[in-house]
Amino acid sequence: MSLPKDLLLRAYRQMKTIREFEERLHVEIQTGEIPGFTHLYSGQEAVAVGVCENLSDQDWIASTHRGHGHCIAKGCDVQGMMLEIYGRRDGLCKGKGGSMHIADMTKGMLGANAIVGGGPPIAVGAGIACKIAKRGNVAVAFGGDGSANQGTVFEAMNLAVVLRAPVIFVFENNGYSEHTGASYAVGSGDIAGRARGFGMAAETCDGSDFFAVYDTMAKLLKSVRTGGGPAALEAKTTRFFGHFEGDPMLYRAKDEVARHREQMDCLRIFRDRVSKEGWLQLAELDAIDDQVMALIDKSVTTSRAATPPSASDLLTDVYVSY
Amino acid sequence: MRQISMRDAINEALHLEMARDPRVIVLGEDVSGGAGGTSGQRDAAGGVFGVTKGLLPKFGEDRVIDTPISESAIIGAANGAALAGLRPVAELMFADFLGVCFDQVFNQAAKFRYMFGGKTSCPIVIRAATGAGMNMGAQHSQSMYAMVTGVPGLKVVVPSNAYDAKGLMLTAIRDDDPVIFFEHKALYPRKSAVPEGDYTLPFGEANLVREGEHVTVVAIGRMVSFAEKALDALAADGITADLLDPRTLSPLDDETIYESLDNTGHLVIIDESPPRCSVAADIAGLVASNAFHSLKAPIVQLTPPHTPVPFARELERAYVPGPQAIEAAIRKMLKESRAAS
Repeated sequence: MSLPKDLLLRAYRQMKTIREFEERLHVEIQTGEIPGFTHLYSGQEAVAVGVCENLSDQDWIASTHRGHGHCIAKGCDVQGMMLEIYGRRDGLCKGKGGSMHIADMTKGMLGANAIVGGGPPIAVGAGIACKIAKRGNVAVAFGGDGSANQGTVFEAMNLAVVLRAPVIFVFENNGYSEHTGASYAVGSGDIAGRARGFGMAAETCDGSDFFAVYDTMAKLLKSVRTGGGPAALEAKTTRFFGHFEGDPMLYRAKDEVARHREQMDCLRIFRDRVSKEGWLQLAELDAIDDQVMALIDKSVTTSRAATPPSASDLLTDVYVSY
Repeated sequence: MRQISMRDAINEALHLEMARDPRVIVLGEDVSGGAGGTSGQRDAAGGVFGVTKGLLPKFGEDRVIDTPISESAIIGAANGAALAGLRPVAELMFADFLGVCFDQVFNQAAKFRYMFGGKTSCPIVIRAATGAGMNMGAQHSQSMYAMVTGVPGLKVVVPSNAYDAKGLMLTAIRDDDPVIFFEHKALYPRKSAVPEGDYTLPFGEANLVREGEHVTVVAIGRMVSFAEKALDALAADGITADLLDPRTLSPLDDETIYESLDNTGHLVIIDESPPRCSVAADIAGLVASNAFHSLKAPIVQLTPPHTPVPFARELERAYVPGPQAIEAAIRKMLKESRAAS
């Protein structure tokens, strides 16, 4: 059964926006103009978008160090994000956060998080707020396979089960925690099984297939939104770049990324599916591609020319009052 | 006026604020207690120190939340609930357990507002029992407030009596920034005059507990009552002091300390935490930088030694600066100062 056409078009636009945002950053970072270090989400777009297309602004997500995709999928302003990553005054966080700390409460985005395992306990708290408000809203905790080995995540999963909090733990298993394989670091090799061990429903899906992620998430949410307690989703995916920009990826076979770009490209898989089923015309998608390229191009041009924060901004926003 | 214990004073503040503001929730280990027990009795603990007793029957399980022993999840959940619009009061039980959840305190709560460009706030209160004196050993007796006072973004409260504790707790819950509220275990049963209704005490304003002319004594938490005993003894010899209780260590009312030193010229700081990188050392540094010319003698920092908190009664008594040690330190300081002048 087909999803509504406007949803399909929006999902494609979001995935394409994330892809181009990241591919362009990969190029721009090499100019040296972007401060700090950055973790790119290319390859995993179907997970963020498949999950977030099931959510509204009143649902919450807690993100990770690899957070650009989650931000875009949850509706954060792309120009504001780019300005932030460039460390500009008008960035989404006034240049005080950077790539790893983009947040927008008005979009239900609780923040990217530079601490692996930092987000899930926070998502449980947002879930508690949803439970008390009784409007059927939920909180999603994004994490990678690396986070599945953090004690804080175990604590969060158990607490969510104990309180029957409306939380979905989304584990994006991209095969690597930093420079170490998940096949080595995840003792059981089965992240969804771990979540099940805490007493919640857990599903595994192909994270390169938007439809698989969207449908699995929708199925889990039915119960989570109606008081059934938390659930977990393990999406098997891949990242097209290193752990951080500049990572020489000595731990990956020489042809692995090329092979994954060929076989696990969620955008190509999406295009093939919707055209084969006759749900969308490729020309419609090409038009979106052009618009996205223009948006990213403009956001980079604007960010390069934008004003940095002034030294006096250093002292503001530490406290509400002091 | 009626006299109530610090335990009951904080309990009263929690009752008042939960009744006034439906966004306030309480969470932590055994804050109610009894869930899953065989007696069927809820509110079986009301907090291990009884501070949250009676909240569950009044406000229900949605707002009074018993948690597993999972400190990172407790403080993390408080953070997330705060970002989502609630005003959580999380009980950490023992301040020493900051060691288990420090990421959520200093990387998360303290930094959200700054990292997110001032577009959000994290109005949580973390309650934590602090201090030595009960022979609870090295992992249940520490005074950890210096570690959080050093973190920008956090506010730190250390009440010394029941009256202050109630007013400061109401301020803490209404404050829009994350607050760490240290409750000294030895002060829980101590009573003082506490009004029944709603009142708040401002952060960043030291309490001038008593006025005098020879020395300025800055004492933190339980050390305030010990300093009072010492000053009672010294009064017989005509020695009087300004006794200052900072009440909040972040923000710190350093101006009042400088003003007092203008008159006395002598500073004794009494702090229950170990000496290195302590609040005592911090205040001494501030005074040396900002009020050096008021000083007539070297600053005295009276603290425990640089050791963990010991267990045995004799060792713990030797560890905590007591009234006699304070009295002796003040006498020695004034004697040496007179000899030098």
